[in-house]
Amino acid sequence: MELIFYIASAIAVGSTVMVITRYNLIHALLYLVVSFLAIAIVFFVLGAPFVAVLEVIVYAGAIVVLIIFVIMMLNLKAEAVDQERRWLSVEIFIGPAILSVVLLGELGYYILLSGTTGIGMHQVDARAVGMSLYGPYVIGVELSGILLMAGIVGAYHLGRQKKKVVHRFLEKVEE
Amino acid sequence: MKEVPLDYGLLLAGILFVLGLISVLIRRNIIFMLISVEIMLNAAGLAFIVAGSRWQQAEGQVMFIFILTMAAAEVSVGLALILQIYHQIKTLDSDAANKMKE
Amino acid sequence: MKELLWLIPILPFAGALILIVVGTKLSNSKVAVVGVGSVGLSALITILIGIDFLSSSPYKSIDQVLWTWIDVESFKPTIAFHLDSLSLIFIFVITFVGFLIHIYSTEFMAQDEGFARFFAYLNLFVGSMLILVLADNLLLMYLGWEGVGLCSYLLIGFWYQEEKNGYAARKAFIVTRVGDTAMAIGLFMLFQIFNTLNIQEIAIQAPLAWNVGSPVAIMIALLLLGGAVGKSAQLPLQTWLPDAMAGPSPVSALIHAATMVTAGVYLIARTHIIFELAPIAQVMVGVIGAVTLLLAGFSALTQYDLKRVLAYSTISQIGYMFLALGVGAWSAAIFHFVIHAFFKALLFLGAGAIIMLLHHEHDMFKMGGLRAKLPVIYWTFLIGSASLAAIPLVTAGFYSKDQILWLAWAGEKGNIWFFLAALMGAFITSVYTFRMVFVTFFGQEKTHVAHPPGKSMTTPLVVLAILATVGGFIELPHTFGHVTLFSNFLTPVLSSVEVKHDAESAEWIVQIVAAVVSLSGVYLAYFFYVKRPELPDKIKSFIPSLYQLWHSGWGFDALYNFILVKPFVFLAEINKRDIVDQIYGALVSVVNGFNLVLTFTQSGMIRWYIMGIVLGAIVILTIGLLV
Repeated sequence: MELIFYIASAIAVGSTVMVITRYNLIHALLYLVVSFLAIAIVFFVLGAPFVAVLEVIVYAGAIVVLIIFVIMMLNLKAEAVDQERRWLSVEIFIGPAILSVVLLGELGYYILLSGTTGIGMHQVDARAVGMSLYGPYVIGVELSGILLMAGIVGAYHLGRQKKKVVHRFLEKVEE
Repeated sequence: MKEVPLDYGLLLAGILFVLGLISVLIRRNIIFMLISVEIMLNAAGLAFIVAGSRWQQAEGQVMFIFILTMAAAEVSVGLALILQIYHQIKTLDSDAANKMKE
Repeated sequence: MKELLWLIPILPFAGALILIVVGTKLSNSKVAVVGVGSVGLSALITILIGIDFLSSSPYKSIDQVLWTWIDVESFKPTIAFHLDSLSLIFIFVITFVGFLIHIYSTEFMAQDEGFARFFAYLNLFVGSMLILVLADNLLLMYLGWEGVGLCSYLLIGFWYQEEKNGYAARKAFIVTRVGDTAMAIGLFMLFQIFNTLNIQEIAIQAPLAWNVGSPVAIMIALLLLGGAVGKSAQLPLQTWLPDAMAGPSPVSALIHAATMVTAGVYLIARTHIIFELAPIAQVMVGVIGAVTLLLAGFSALTQYDLKRVLAYSTISQIGYMFLALGVGAWSAAIFHFVIHAFFKALLFLGAGAIIMLLHHEHDMFKMGGLRAKLPVIYWTFLIGSASLAAIPLVTAGFYSKDQILWLAWAGEKGNIWFFLAALMGAFITSVYTFRMVFVTFFGQEKTHVAHPPGKSMTTPLVVLAILATVGGFIELPHTFGHVTLFSNFLTPVLSSVEVKHDAESAEWIVQIVAAVVSLSGVYLAYFFYVKRPELPDKIKSFIPSLYQLWHSGWGFDALYNFILVKPFVFLAEINKRDIVDQIYGALVSVVNGFNLVLTFTQSGMIRWYIMGIVLGAIVILTIGLLV
């Protein structure tokens, strides 16, 4: 099991690196699916089978599919790839990379500082999660429901194709 | 069966998070930025799962589910916004959407 | 009856309040009813209380405490009224003359669109003046003092559409403020020493606390004198009064002749105990009075604006009162105040009527020959002028002025110089008075009279003319009838003056000299302005600079302009960009600078903002590491 964790971790990191370096959106999304699947395995190894399944269904499934739908709607052509290539130059990488490495170094220092303990591979099953969700966290569930509702309404409202009703400032700029 | 050290799980979460962060910082394409944010959110959820497993409590998974919910709502609204922005300014360049500066 | 004392000042205040609140909605006749009625009721109550007071024997002063105004530690001034013979005389003059002038104003101001505003101010003035004279402590008196100053300002600038009226109003306000400041400091010192501002208590304590000539007493007396000088337009703060004639004539009559300008006289009479303890200050009062009456008299000789003549004459007559105060002839000063209030109000009202009927013509050399056209005004004006010029025996002015002349010499503190100044002043007074009369009423008619004055204008004139004649008979000199009703009445409050022993027999001579002087002044005016009207111009061209100096009131305006106004304006010009403001301005520009720097961070590029968040996270984590 330990070995599976390491392999899955390596795949997750590797595919994530591939995600952030791709020029083509679809390629990046495929690597993203791989990354999510690898993390799902990690969840499974860590004894959380329920969320592993959720990860596959929601992240690798629903969210990625949603993004792909949007990409299809935008009808991006080959020049989008060239444009991405132009935007993603090495000098742009340097600053953020340094910052992020510093941040990662500090995070790692904190994590390793706390001393190492093993993770018991004890399974926490869906039943326990359900008991907890609909017990102490029921208000959180309700709020999540409201949030999703707001998301639906907001997405509908924003996604509507309005004919010529643009924001007044933007319209002014267009002139 | 040897146990996975807690550090490694958290470190994996940290690495994924920072990778997502780098991506947000270097990309100009709004869709890529949205994807990167998903990576970061996922990494945060991973950290919760690792911690929940360490203490063998359901709370970690509960938190992950909340994050999942939030991510789903965020993606739907975010994508709707991207569509709207694309229709308005005819590009996915986030730097072009700086009209609120003045 | 005496419980109603508080109503006397309250009624005019109530009238003012009504007129301020709803005045613009009322018709003129209703405004007149409120305005005149409130003062009339006050006058009625004053007379009733006066009868009550006179029938008590000995005269018992009335104290009425309404409430405690301020209560801080030992500082407990009350809103309280104190009525004794001195304040009774003042409130009688204020309410009665005020009432007559209110009646007169109903016709004088009838065409003015500010009718309600005028009566509101006038009522407010009467109320404040009554507070001033009835106050039982100096703080409440100061309230009335400032109240009348405010009303004076408002009424001088009543026709504020004209810029010079506003200027005159501001000038009056600022110049009197100089005196008021001195007076306020005097009050602070009094409170510090006696721990009270109650006038009666101070009068009891002062002789115990100070010896005669004590420096503190002199200091306080001089400060109080400063206040009196400012209010009463005496040297060196007299410059505001001639300009104050910019106000409507009834205002000039009420405020700048009869009542407010004599507040200084009242103040000194009220605090005479302090002045008696400070002989130097008292001599100062006399000197100021003597010099002022001469300077103002000479200036009056050269004026051609009818009201300015009267203004200088007022300054001069108040100078007589100060002279009387300076020699300790308290009741003579108050007597002259009463008589002066009658005849000067009469003259101002007459002058106002003439000016109005001649289409606002102020220049008396453009009047002429009004004797036949305006008989009532002519006769009343003549009576007033006779009283001012102190024509012997028949006028009240003779008796009041004669008393001052006599006591200026024969009084305990009098001397020959005061007497000579007063005598000279009397001569000048009769010259300029009859110059005015002859120029205005005799000779050729030069301006057409619009219409004869109405009843509301002539009635007050007639009443005042009667008072200006018979008013003198309540106090006759030793040599002639020896009636001392007035001074007896005042004796409980103001001690009577001691006469030098060796001078008693000379009273006859003084009276004859005074009579001769005043009659010869009249003749001189007659000679110059009726018989040989070309002579004055010749003299004028002979000494043009002196004429100019007198005409401009001895150049005090120019002097103050040079030594005070110009440097102040200069400093203000330098400090136009207020130095204090600069500090705050610097603060603003620093904040602006930071703002400018921070706006650079607002690039509109979201990646930079995220970079900021990352940097923040790094900083926080680093701090966590280091700590």
